[in-house]
Amino acid sequence: MSTTHVQLDPQGRLLHFLTVEGLTRRHLTEILDTAESLHSVAERRVKKLPTLHGKTVVNLFFEASTRTRTTFELAAKRLSADVLNLNIATSSAVKGESLLDTLRNIEAMQCDMFVVRHVQSGAAEFIARHVKPHIAVLNAGDGRHAHPTQAMLDVFTIRRHKPDFPNLQVAIVGDILHSRVARSLIHALSILGTGAIRVIAPRTLLPAHVENLGVQVFHDLAYGLRDVDVVVMLRLQRERMESALLPSEQEFFQRYGLTGERLALARPDALVMHPGPINRGVEIDSRVADGPQSVILEQVTNGIAVRMAIMSITLGNHARPLEETA
Amino acid sequence: MRDAEFLIEAMAGQLRDLLARRGISEPVLVGIHSGGVWIAERLHQRLEIHAPLGRLDISFYRDDFSRLGINPQVRPSELPCDIDGRHLVLVDDVLHTGRTVRAALNELFDYGRPASVLLAVLVDRSGRELPIEANVIGTRMKLSAGQHVQLTGPEPLQLTLQPAP
Repeated sequence: MSTTHVQLDPQGRLLHFLTVEGLTRRHLTEILDTAESLHSVAERRVKKLPTLHGKTVVNLFFEASTRTRTTFELAAKRLSADVLNLNIATSSAVKGESLLDTLRNIEAMQCDMFVVRHVQSGAAEFIARHVKPHIAVLNAGDGRHAHPTQAMLDVFTIRRHKPDFPNLQVAIVGDILHSRVARSLIHALSILGTGAIRVIAPRTLLPAHVENLGVQVFHDLAYGLRDVDVVVMLRLQRERMESALLPSEQEFFQRYGLTGERLALARPDALVMHPGPINRGVEIDSRVADGPQSVILEQVTNGIAVRMAIMSITLGNHARPLEETA
Repeated sequence: MRDAEFLIEAMAGQLRDLLARRGISEPVLVGIHSGGVWIAERLHQRLEIHAPLGRLDISFYRDDFSRLGINPQVRPSELPCDIDGRHLVLVDDVLHTGRTVRAALNELFDYGRPASVLLAVLVDRSGRELPIEANVIGTRMKLSAGQHVQLTGPEPLQLTLQPAP
Protein backbone atom coordinates (compact mmCIF):
# COMPACT_ATOMS: atom_id res chain seq x y z
CA MET A 1 0.00 0.00 0.00
CA SER A 2 1.43 3.38 -0.98
CA THR A 3 1.72 6.38 1.34
CA THR A 4 -1.12 8.07 -0.54
CA HIS A 5 -3.41 5.17 0.17
CA VAL A 6 -2.57 5.19 3.87
CA GLN A 7 -3.68 8.82 4.12
CA LEU A 8 -7.02 8.45 2.26
CA ASP A 9 -10.21 6.64 3.21
CA PRO A 10 -12.00 4.41 0.67
CA GLN A 11 -13.85 7.48 -0.63
CA GLY A 12 -10.63 9.38 -1.21
CA ARG A 13 -10.96 11.77 1.73
CA LEU A 14 -7.91 12.80 3.77
CA LEU A 15 -7.59 10.91 7.04
CA HIS A 16 -3.92 11.75 7.60
CA PHE A 17 -1.64 14.26 5.93
CA LEU A 18 1.64 12.50 5.21
CA THR A 19 2.64 13.62 1.74
CA VAL A 20 1.39 15.82 -1.08
CA GLU A 21 2.48 13.23 -3.63
CA GLY A 22 -0.45 11.38 -5.15
CA LEU A 23 -3.13 13.81 -3.98
CA THR A 24 -5.50 15.47 -6.45
CA ARG A 25 -6.08 19.13 -7.22
CA ARG A 26 -9.41 18.80 -5.40
CA HIS A 27 -7.64 17.79 -2.16
CA LEU A 28 -5.23 20.72 -2.39
CA THR A 29 -7.92 23.23 -3.33
CA GLU A 30 -10.09 22.13 -0.40
CA ILE A 31 -7.16 22.73 1.97
CA LEU A 32 -6.38 26.13 0.40
CA ASP A 33 -10.03 27.28 0.43
CA THR A 34 -10.50 26.18 4.04
CA ALA A 35 -7.28 27.97 5.01
CA GLU A 36 -8.57 31.12 3.30
CA SER A 37 -11.64 31.02 5.57
CA LEU A 38 -9.43 30.58 8.62
CA HIS A 39 -6.97 33.32 7.69
CA SER A 40 -9.05 36.20 9.07
CA VAL A 41 -9.55 34.55 12.48
CA ALA A 42 -6.23 36.06 13.59
CA GLU A 43 -7.62 39.57 13.03
CA ARG A 44 -10.60 39.09 15.35
CA ARG A 45 -10.79 39.98 19.01
CA VAL A 46 -11.14 36.30 19.95
CA LYS A 47 -8.56 34.47 17.83
CA LYS A 48 -10.17 31.13 18.49
CA LEU A 49 -12.74 28.80 16.95
CA PRO A 50 -14.61 26.07 18.84
CA THR A 51 -14.14 23.43 16.10
CA LEU A 52 -11.74 21.04 17.91
CA HIS A 53 -13.01 21.77 21.42
CA GLY A 54 -12.44 18.66 23.51
CA LYS A 55 -9.86 17.13 21.14
CA THR A 56 -6.25 16.50 22.13
CA VAL A 57 -3.38 17.11 19.72
CA VAL A 58 0.07 15.69 20.51
CA ASN A 59 3.14 17.25 18.95
CA LEU A 60 5.46 14.29 18.71
CA PHE A 61 8.83 15.78 17.83
CA PHE A 62 11.68 13.33 17.50
CA GLU A 63 13.72 16.10 15.83
CA ALA A 64 13.97 19.58 17.31
CA SER A 65 12.13 22.39 15.55
CA THR A 66 10.88 25.36 17.48
CA ARG A 67 9.21 27.17 14.62
CA THR A 68 7.23 24.31 13.10
CA ARG A 69 6.17 23.02 16.49
CA THR A 70 5.08 26.49 17.57
CA THR A 71 2.87 27.04 14.52
CA PHE A 72 1.28 23.59 14.90
CA GLU A 73 0.70 24.33 18.58
CA LEU A 74 -0.87 27.69 17.83
CA ALA A 75 -3.01 26.18 15.04
CA ALA A 76 -4.37 23.53 17.40
CA LYS A 77 -5.00 26.07 20.17
CA ARG A 78 -6.83 28.44 17.82
CA LEU A 79 -9.16 25.53 17.05
CA SER A 80 -9.70 25.06 20.83
CA ALA A 81 -7.87 21.72 21.02
CA ASP A 82 -5.71 20.80 23.99
CA VAL A 83 -2.05 20.45 23.05
CA LEU A 84 0.66 18.25 24.44
CA ASN A 85 4.26 18.85 23.32
CA LEU A 86 6.58 15.89 23.48
CA ASN A 87 10.18 16.32 22.43
CA ILE A 88 11.52 12.84 22.29
CA ALA A 89 15.26 12.32 22.05
CA THR A 90 15.92 9.57 19.60
CA SER A 91 18.67 7.46 18.17
CA SER A 92 19.34 7.77 14.47
CA ALA A 93 17.26 4.78 13.40
CA VAL A 94 13.55 4.16 13.70
CA LYS A 95 13.56 1.35 16.22
CA GLY A 96 10.24 -0.29 15.44
CA GLU A 97 9.82 -1.72 18.88
CA SER A 98 10.54 1.37 20.97
CA LEU A 99 8.65 3.71 18.66
CA LEU A 100 5.57 1.51 18.90
CA ASP A 101 5.88 1.45 22.66
CA THR A 102 6.03 5.24 22.74
CA LEU A 103 2.98 5.30 20.51
CA ARG A 104 0.94 2.92 22.64
CA ASN A 105 1.74 4.97 25.73
CA ILE A 106 0.54 8.20 24.19
CA GLU A 107 -2.50 6.51 22.68
CA ALA A 108 -3.40 5.36 26.17
CA MET A 109 -3.76 9.04 27.10
CA GLN A 110 -6.73 9.23 24.71
CA CYS A 111 -5.42 11.61 22.10
CA ASP A 112 -6.98 12.44 18.73
CA MET A 113 -4.11 13.68 16.59
CA PHE A 114 -0.35 13.13 16.32
CA VAL A 115 1.83 15.75 14.66
CA VAL A 116 5.07 13.94 13.89
CA ARG A 117 8.52 15.22 13.03
CA HIS A 118 11.31 12.69 12.66
CA VAL A 119 14.78 12.50 11.07
CA GLN A 120 13.83 9.26 9.34
CA SER A 121 11.94 9.30 6.06
CA GLY A 122 8.70 7.39 6.40
CA ALA A 123 8.36 7.80 10.18
CA ALA A 124 4.99 9.59 10.02
CA GLU A 125 3.64 6.96 7.65
CA PHE A 126 4.85 4.19 9.95
CA ILE A 127 2.97 5.80 12.81
CA ALA A 128 -0.16 6.32 10.68
CA ARG A 129 -0.17 2.62 9.83
CA HIS A 130 0.00 1.62 13.47
CA VAL A 131 -2.20 4.09 15.34
CA LYS A 132 -5.74 3.36 16.41
CA PRO A 133 -8.25 4.22 13.70
CA HIS A 134 -9.69 7.32 15.39
CA ILE A 135 -6.29 9.10 15.42
CA ALA A 136 -5.20 11.45 12.61
CA VAL A 137 -1.47 11.76 11.86
CA LEU A 138 0.13 14.85 10.31
CA ASN A 139 3.66 14.79 8.93
CA ALA A 140 5.63 17.79 10.19
CA GLY A 141 8.75 16.72 8.29
CA ASP A 142 10.29 13.27 7.88
CA GLY A 143 13.95 12.98 6.93
CA ARG A 144 14.56 14.06 3.34
CA HIS A 145 11.18 12.73 2.28
CA ALA A 146 8.40 15.28 2.78
CA HIS A 147 7.24 18.39 4.60
CA PRO A 148 3.72 18.64 3.20
CA THR A 149 2.31 21.36 5.47
CA GLN A 150 5.22 23.64 4.51
CA ALA A 151 4.47 22.99 0.83
CA MET A 152 0.81 23.83 1.38
CA LEU A 153 1.60 27.10 3.16
CA ASP A 154 3.98 27.97 0.33
CA VAL A 155 1.35 27.42 -2.39
CA PHE A 156 -1.23 29.20 -0.19
CA THR A 157 1.09 32.23 0.00
CA ILE A 158 1.67 32.12 -3.76
CA ARG A 159 -2.08 31.81 -4.46
CA ARG A 160 -2.91 34.85 -2.31
CA HIS A 161 -0.66 36.97 -4.57
CA LYS A 162 -0.70 35.12 -7.89
CA PRO A 163 -3.64 32.72 -8.19
CA ASP A 164 -3.16 31.79 -11.85
CA PHE A 165 -0.86 28.74 -11.46
CA PRO A 166 -0.89 27.68 -15.15
CA ASN A 167 0.71 31.04 -16.02
CA LEU A 168 3.35 30.99 -13.28
CA GLN A 169 7.04 30.25 -13.45
CA VAL A 170 8.44 29.26 -10.07
CA ALA A 171 12.14 28.85 -9.30
CA ILE A 172 13.38 26.83 -6.32
CA VAL A 173 16.99 27.66 -5.48
CA GLY A 174 19.61 25.97 -3.33
CA ASP A 175 20.06 22.63 -1.63
CA ILE A 176 17.40 20.59 -3.43
CA LEU A 177 19.14 17.30 -2.58
CA HIS A 178 18.59 17.42 1.17
CA SER A 179 15.35 19.39 1.11
CA ARG A 180 12.05 17.77 2.01
CA VAL A 181 10.55 21.25 1.55
CA ALA A 182 11.64 21.32 -2.11
CA ARG A 183 10.36 17.81 -2.80
CA SER A 184 6.89 18.49 -1.34
CA LEU A 185 6.67 21.90 -2.97
CA ILE A 186 7.49 20.48 -6.42
CA HIS A 187 4.65 17.97 -6.04
CA ALA A 188 2.19 20.60 -4.83
CA LEU A 189 3.05 22.99 -7.66
CA SER A 190 2.71 20.21 -10.26
CA ILE A 191 -0.68 19.12 -8.92
CA LEU A 192 -1.92 22.72 -9.12
CA GLY A 193 -0.85 22.86 -12.78
CA THR A 194 1.99 25.38 -12.42
CA GLY A 195 3.24 26.57 -15.82
CA ALA A 196 6.93 25.92 -15.16
CA ILE A 197 8.91 24.73 -12.14
CA ARG A 198 12.64 25.40 -12.22
CA VAL A 199 15.24 24.09 -9.82
CA ILE A 200 18.50 26.03 -9.63
CA ALA A 201 21.41 24.41 -7.82
CA PRO A 202 24.96 23.14 -8.17
CA ARG A 203 25.16 19.55 -9.45
CA THR A 204 26.28 18.32 -6.04
CA LEU A 205 23.04 19.56 -4.41
CA LEU A 206 20.59 18.03 -6.90
CA PRO A 207 19.13 14.55 -6.53
CA ALA A 208 19.76 12.10 -9.36
CA HIS A 209 17.04 12.13 -12.05
CA VAL A 210 15.48 15.29 -10.66
CA GLU A 211 14.08 15.97 -14.17
CA ASN A 212 11.68 13.08 -13.62
CA LEU A 213 9.77 15.27 -11.19
CA GLY A 214 8.77 17.47 -14.12
CA VAL A 215 11.15 20.33 -13.39
CA GLN A 216 13.58 22.33 -15.54
CA VAL A 217 17.13 22.18 -14.22
CA PHE A 218 19.48 25.17 -14.11
CA HIS A 219 22.97 25.41 -12.67
CA ASP A 220 23.36 29.12 -13.30
CA LEU A 221 21.30 31.39 -11.02
CA ALA A 222 21.23 34.44 -13.30
CA TYR A 223 20.04 32.33 -16.20
CA GLY A 224 17.45 30.43 -14.15
CA LEU A 225 15.87 33.49 -12.54
CA ARG A 226 15.01 35.15 -15.83
CA ASP A 227 11.30 36.10 -15.95
CA VAL A 228 10.20 33.97 -13.00
CA ASP A 229 7.15 35.02 -10.93
CA VAL A 230 8.23 33.38 -7.69
CA VAL A 231 11.67 32.66 -6.20
CA VAL A 232 11.80 30.13 -3.39
CA MET A 233 15.18 30.15 -1.62
CA LEU A 234 16.05 27.08 0.44
CA ARG A 235 17.96 27.11 3.68
CA LEU A 236 21.55 26.00 3.27
CA GLN A 237 22.24 23.61 6.07
CA ARG A 238 25.67 24.46 7.34
CA GLU A 239 26.49 20.90 8.27
CA ARG A 240 26.58 20.17 4.51
CA MET A 241 29.68 22.36 4.25
CA GLU A 242 31.69 19.82 6.15
CA SER A 243 30.63 16.98 3.91
CA ALA A 244 32.59 18.41 0.95
CA LEU A 245 29.43 18.89 -1.11
CA LEU A 246 30.10 22.59 -1.09
CA PRO A 247 33.02 24.96 -1.05
CA SER A 248 32.67 27.84 1.43
CA GLU A 249 29.61 29.86 2.45
CA GLN A 250 31.13 32.88 0.72
CA GLU A 251 31.55 31.00 -2.53
CA PHE A 252 28.01 29.62 -2.30
CA PHE A 253 26.67 33.13 -1.80
CA GLN A 254 28.68 34.38 -4.76
CA ARG A 255 27.20 31.77 -7.06
CA TYR A 256 23.74 31.04 -5.59
CA GLY A 257 22.93 33.81 -3.13
CA LEU A 258 19.90 35.95 -3.94
CA THR A 259 20.99 39.57 -4.25
CA GLY A 260 19.02 42.59 -5.40
CA GLU A 261 20.88 42.54 -8.71
CA ARG A 262 19.95 38.96 -9.41
CA LEU A 263 16.36 39.41 -8.28
CA ALA A 264 16.06 42.17 -10.87
CA LEU A 265 16.36 39.46 -13.55
CA ALA A 266 13.03 37.98 -12.40
CA ARG A 267 9.71 39.69 -13.09
CA PRO A 268 9.43 43.07 -11.36
CA ASP A 269 6.65 41.78 -9.10
CA ALA A 270 8.33 38.43 -8.36
CA LEU A 271 7.73 37.09 -4.86
CA VAL A 272 10.71 36.12 -2.69
CA MET A 273 10.03 33.17 -0.38
CA HIS A 274 12.03 31.15 2.12
CA PRO A 275 10.88 28.42 4.53
CA GLY A 276 13.11 29.85 7.28
CA PRO A 277 15.12 30.16 9.31
CA ILE A 278 17.16 32.26 6.89
CA ASN A 279 20.96 32.39 6.74
CA ARG A 280 21.56 36.04 5.94
CA GLY A 281 24.48 36.44 3.57
CA VAL A 282 24.60 32.72 2.74
CA GLU A 283 21.60 32.00 0.55
CA ILE A 284 19.96 35.42 0.68
CA ASP A 285 21.08 39.03 1.04
CA SER A 286 19.53 40.85 3.99
CA ARG A 287 18.19 43.64 1.79
CA VAL A 288 16.31 41.10 -0.31
CA ALA A 289 15.04 39.13 2.70
CA ASP A 290 13.67 42.34 4.24
CA GLY A 291 12.78 43.98 0.92
CA PRO A 292 9.40 44.84 -0.60
CA GLN A 293 9.18 41.63 -2.68
CA SER A 294 9.79 39.36 0.32
CA VAL A 295 6.79 37.43 1.69
CA ILE A 296 8.89 35.41 4.13
CA LEU A 297 7.05 36.59 7.25
CA GLU A 298 3.68 36.21 5.50
CA GLN A 299 4.61 32.55 5.03
CA VAL A 300 4.92 32.19 8.81
CA THR A 301 1.50 33.80 9.39
CA ASN A 302 -0.10 31.71 6.65
CA GLY A 303 1.37 28.54 8.13
CA ILE A 304 -1.03 28.81 11.06
CA ALA A 305 -4.19 29.04 8.91
CA VAL A 306 -3.01 26.23 6.61
CA ARG A 307 -2.27 23.93 9.56
CA MET A 308 -5.65 24.78 11.10
CA ALA A 309 -7.29 23.81 7.80
CA ILE A 310 -5.45 20.48 7.59
CA MET A 311 -6.24 19.68 11.23
CA SER A 312 -9.96 20.40 10.88
CA ILE A 313 -10.27 18.54 7.56
CA THR A 314 -8.48 15.36 8.70
CA LEU A 315 -10.14 15.21 12.12
CA GLY A 316 -13.49 16.05 10.49
CA ASN A 317 -13.07 13.15 8.07
CA HIS A 318 -12.31 10.83 10.98
CA ALA A 319 -15.52 11.93 12.61
CA ARG A 320 -17.68 11.62 9.54
CA PRO A 321 -19.01 8.17 8.80
CA LEU A 322 -18.52 6.80 5.30
CA GLU A 323 -21.40 7.60 3.01
CA GLU A 324 -23.36 4.57 2.03
CA THR A 325 -22.52 3.40 -1.44
CA ALA A 326 -25.37 2.18 -3.59
CA MET B 1 -41.54 26.80 -6.47
CA ARG B 2 -42.20 30.22 -5.12
CA ASP B 3 -40.68 33.61 -5.83
CA ALA B 4 -38.99 34.96 -2.70
CA GLU B 5 -38.85 38.64 -3.66
CA PHE B 6 -42.29 39.61 -2.39
CA LEU B 7 -41.58 37.85 0.92
CA ILE B 8 -38.42 39.95 1.23
CA GLU B 9 -40.55 43.04 0.52
CA ALA B 10 -42.72 42.04 3.49
CA MET B 11 -39.61 41.47 5.64
CA ALA B 12 -38.27 44.90 4.72
CA GLY B 13 -41.54 46.53 5.89
CA GLN B 14 -41.55 44.63 9.19
CA LEU B 15 -37.88 45.37 9.83
CA ARG B 16 -38.32 49.08 9.09
CA ASP B 17 -41.18 49.27 11.62
CA LEU B 18 -39.32 47.25 14.24
CA LEU B 19 -36.15 49.37 13.99
CA ALA B 20 -38.28 52.55 14.26
CA ARG B 21 -40.11 51.21 17.34
CA ARG B 22 -36.81 50.37 19.00
CA GLY B 23 -35.21 53.68 18.02
CA ILE B 24 -32.39 51.95 16.10
CA SER B 25 -31.13 54.26 13.36
CA GLU B 26 -27.83 52.66 12.32
CA PRO B 27 -28.23 48.88 12.34
CA VAL B 28 -25.61 46.45 11.02
CA LEU B 29 -26.99 43.65 8.83
CA VAL B 30 -25.24 40.29 8.99
CA GLY B 31 -26.21 37.50 6.58
CA ILE B 32 -25.49 33.82 7.17
CA HIS B 33 -23.98 32.09 4.08
CA SER B 34 -25.38 31.50 1.50
CA GLY B 35 -29.13 32.17 1.54
CA GLY B 36 -28.98 34.61 4.43
CA VAL B 37 -26.42 36.74 2.59
CA TRP B 38 -28.62 36.94 -0.52
CA ILE B 39 -31.57 38.14 1.58
CA ALA B 40 -29.43 40.51 3.66
CA GLU B 41 -28.09 42.12 0.45
CA ARG B 42 -31.66 42.89 -0.66
CA LEU B 43 -32.74 44.19 2.76
CA HIS B 44 -29.59 46.32 2.94
CA GLN B 45 -30.52 47.94 -0.37
CA ARG B 46 -34.23 48.37 0.38
CA LEU B 47 -33.65 49.92 3.81
CA GLU B 48 -30.75 52.06 2.54
CA ILE B 49 -28.51 51.03 5.41
CA HIS B 50 -25.16 52.83 5.63
CA ALA B 51 -23.10 50.35 7.61
CA PRO B 52 -21.47 47.75 5.33
CA LEU B 53 -23.01 44.29 5.20
CA GLY B 54 -21.51 41.46 7.27
CA ARG B 55 -21.29 37.85 6.10
CA LEU B 56 -20.93 34.84 8.38
CA ASP B 57 -19.95 31.30 7.50
CA ILE B 58 -20.67 29.30 10.64
CA SER B 59 -18.98 26.05 9.47
CA PHE B 60 -16.35 26.18 12.22
CA TYR B 61 -19.03 26.80 14.88
CA ARG B 62 -21.43 23.99 14.02
CA ASP B 63 -22.36 21.52 16.74
CA ASP B 64 -22.24 18.53 14.39
CA PHE B 65 -18.48 18.58 13.53
CA SER B 66 -18.15 15.16 15.17
CA ARG B 67 -20.74 13.78 12.77
CA LEU B 68 -20.25 15.77 9.59
CA GLY B 69 -16.71 17.19 9.61
CA ILE B 70 -15.96 20.47 7.86
CA ASN B 71 -18.03 21.68 4.94
CA PRO B 72 -15.61 21.71 1.99
CA GLN B 73 -17.35 24.81 0.58
CA VAL B 74 -16.58 26.98 3.62
CA ARG B 75 -16.09 30.70 2.89
CA PRO B 76 -14.47 33.43 4.95
CA SER B 77 -16.63 35.30 7.47
CA GLU B 78 -16.40 39.06 7.06
CA LEU B 79 -17.61 41.64 9.56
CA PRO B 80 -16.42 44.87 7.99
CA CYS B 81 -17.03 47.12 10.99
CA ASP B 82 -16.55 47.05 14.75
CA ILE B 83 -19.72 45.51 16.24
CA ASP B 84 -19.11 46.70 19.82
CA GLY B 85 -22.21 48.52 21.05
CA ARG B 86 -23.93 48.20 17.64
CA HIS B 87 -27.44 46.91 16.98
CA LEU B 88 -27.17 43.85 14.71
CA VAL B 89 -29.76 42.22 12.50
CA LEU B 90 -28.87 38.60 11.83
CA VAL B 91 -30.43 37.37 8.56
CA ASP B 92 -30.99 33.76 7.47
CA ASP B 93 -33.12 32.01 4.89
CA VAL B 94 -34.79 29.21 6.88
CA LEU B 95 -35.17 29.02 10.67
CA HIS B 96 -35.63 25.32 11.45
CA THR B 97 -33.93 23.67 14.46
CA GLY B 98 -32.31 26.92 15.64
CA ARG B 99 -28.83 25.36 15.70
CA THR B 100 -27.47 27.56 12.89
CA VAL B 101 -28.58 30.70 14.74
CA ARG B 102 -26.98 29.47 17.95
CA ALA B 103 -23.70 28.91 16.06
CA ALA B 104 -23.98 32.35 14.43
CA LEU B 105 -24.55 34.06 17.81
CA ASN B 106 -21.47 32.32 19.22
CA GLU B 107 -19.40 33.46 16.25
CA LEU B 108 -20.70 37.06 16.48
CA PHE B 109 -19.61 37.33 20.10
CA ASP B 110 -16.06 36.37 19.12
CA TYR B 111 -15.97 39.63 17.13
CA GLY B 112 -17.24 41.89 19.90
CA ARG B 113 -20.13 42.75 22.21
CA PRO B 114 -23.14 44.03 20.27
CA ALA B 115 -25.78 46.20 21.98
CA SER B 116 -28.53 43.90 20.66
CA VAL B 117 -29.18 41.24 18.04
CA LEU B 118 -32.43 40.86 16.08
CA LEU B 119 -33.21 37.85 13.93
CA ALA B 120 -34.82 38.17 10.49
CA VAL B 121 -35.71 35.04 8.48
CA LEU B 122 -37.41 34.41 5.17
CA VAL B 123 -39.08 31.20 6.37
CA ASP B 124 -39.95 30.23 9.94
CA ARG B 125 -40.64 26.52 9.73
CA SER B 126 -41.65 24.09 12.44
CA GLY B 127 -39.10 21.82 14.12
CA ARG B 128 -37.32 24.01 16.68
CA GLU B 129 -34.87 22.19 18.96
CA LEU B 130 -33.56 25.28 20.79
CA PRO B 131 -35.27 28.27 22.42
CA ILE B 132 -34.70 30.65 19.49
CA GLU B 133 -37.36 32.82 17.80
CA ALA B 134 -37.26 35.28 14.92
CA ASN B 135 -38.25 38.99 15.18
CA VAL B 136 -38.95 39.42 11.45
CA ILE B 137 -40.55 36.62 9.42
CA GLY B 138 -41.25 36.46 5.67
CA THR B 139 -43.56 33.48 5.94
CA ARG B 140 -44.40 30.66 8.35
CA MET B 141 -44.58 27.01 7.28
CA LYS B 142 -45.77 24.00 9.19
CA LEU B 143 -43.74 21.10 7.81
CA SER B 144 -43.15 17.54 8.90
CA ALA B 145 -39.63 16.49 9.90
CA GLY B 146 -38.92 14.85 6.52
CA GLN B 147 -39.94 17.88 4.45
CA HIS B 148 -37.37 20.40 3.30
CA VAL B 149 -37.70 23.96 2.16
CA GLN B 150 -34.72 25.39 0.30
CA LEU B 151 -33.80 28.79 -1.09
CA THR B 152 -31.96 28.85 -4.41
CA GLY B 153 -30.28 31.96 -5.84
CA PRO B 154 -28.85 34.50 -6.03
CA GLU B 155 -30.81 35.32 -9.24
CA PRO B 156 -33.71 34.67 -9.11
CA LEU B 157 -34.35 33.90 -5.47
CA GLN B 158 -36.77 31.01 -5.29
CA LEU B 159 -38.15 28.84 -2.53
CA THR B 160 -38.52 25.15 -3.27
CA LEU B 161 -40.48 22.77 -1.10
CA GLN B 162 -39.39 19.14 -1.17
CA PRO B 163 -42.07 16.78 0.11
CA ALA B 164 -41.25 14.01 2.54
CA PRO B 165 -39.87 10.97 0.69
